[in-house]
Amino acid sequence: MNVLQVIDQAYRTTTEEQDDTILWLTRSMRGAGGNLTVLLSGHAVHYAVLRRRQPALTLGQWRQTQPAELPRDIAELVASGVPVYAVQEDLEERGLGQLPLQGGVRPIARHALPGLYEQVDQVWQW
Amino acid sequence: MSHDRILTFAFMEPPFESERTITFFRLLDAALDRDVGVRVFAYEGAVALAFAHQQPHGNAVHGRDSGEEAHPLTKDWIQALQEKAQARRIGFEWINCGLCVDERGVNDVIDGCGRGGPPDLWRYASEARNTLTIGTR
Repeated sequence: MNVLQVIDQAYRTTTEEQDDTILWLTRSMRGAGGNLTVLLSGHAVHYAVLRRRQPALTLGQWRQTQPAELPRDIAELVASGVPVYAVQEDLEERGLGQLPLQGGVRPIARHALPGLYEQVDQVWQW
Repeated sequence: MSHDRILTFAFMEPPFESERTITFFRLLDAALDRDVGVRVFAYEGAVALAFAHQQPHGNAVHGRDSGEEAHPLTKDWIQALQEKAQARRIGFEWINCGLCVDERGVNDVIDGCGRGGPPDLWRYASEARNTLTIGTR
């Protein structure tokens, strides 16, 4: 079975969980032998052009020491054999179309999405 | 091997805050009505749905005490669906993401709800006819 993880929500839980929980879920299931593909769409395409770790949260004397490191998480996901795509038009609509994508992240045009969906057994829209 | 009569649900919403929670439970109920087995992977805030220490309360604005108010509790909904599935002799399984449970301190859950992790979701999905994911918005 092959599952397409569609991540449309950006920065959901990234401060408090110190990762994107769907990227985390995908990495964990990949580690358990799952065949998965990730599609970044909507605001989540921002993940494809991130270069820096998330700034640490500070509240009073409390300071976060391990903020989310999404570029690393995506790089490790790609290295583990999970294809990661970002919708080209969603990048362009947000002014990100000319920025280099993270290594291994592939742009995909909207008109090509049906073909990507056809390649998998299940589509999980998050 | 996938089974035509099993559906998997991955759900992220906590109790009470979202209309998605009601819809999710209605979907589970509808599946059982059709003798379709249900497997749930509760993720993030959804792990509190099965928290055993949920308590009903009265409501002074409504003019009702606790018994009269009979406040809905998601743990009771889960139990009701467990009983419905048992009566119809179909499966109803529920696994909470263990790490999500720990960070929320909702370790005490009602009987029939287990603790696991993403490999369980992958196993559930692999064995089901299909999987519905309902994330938070």
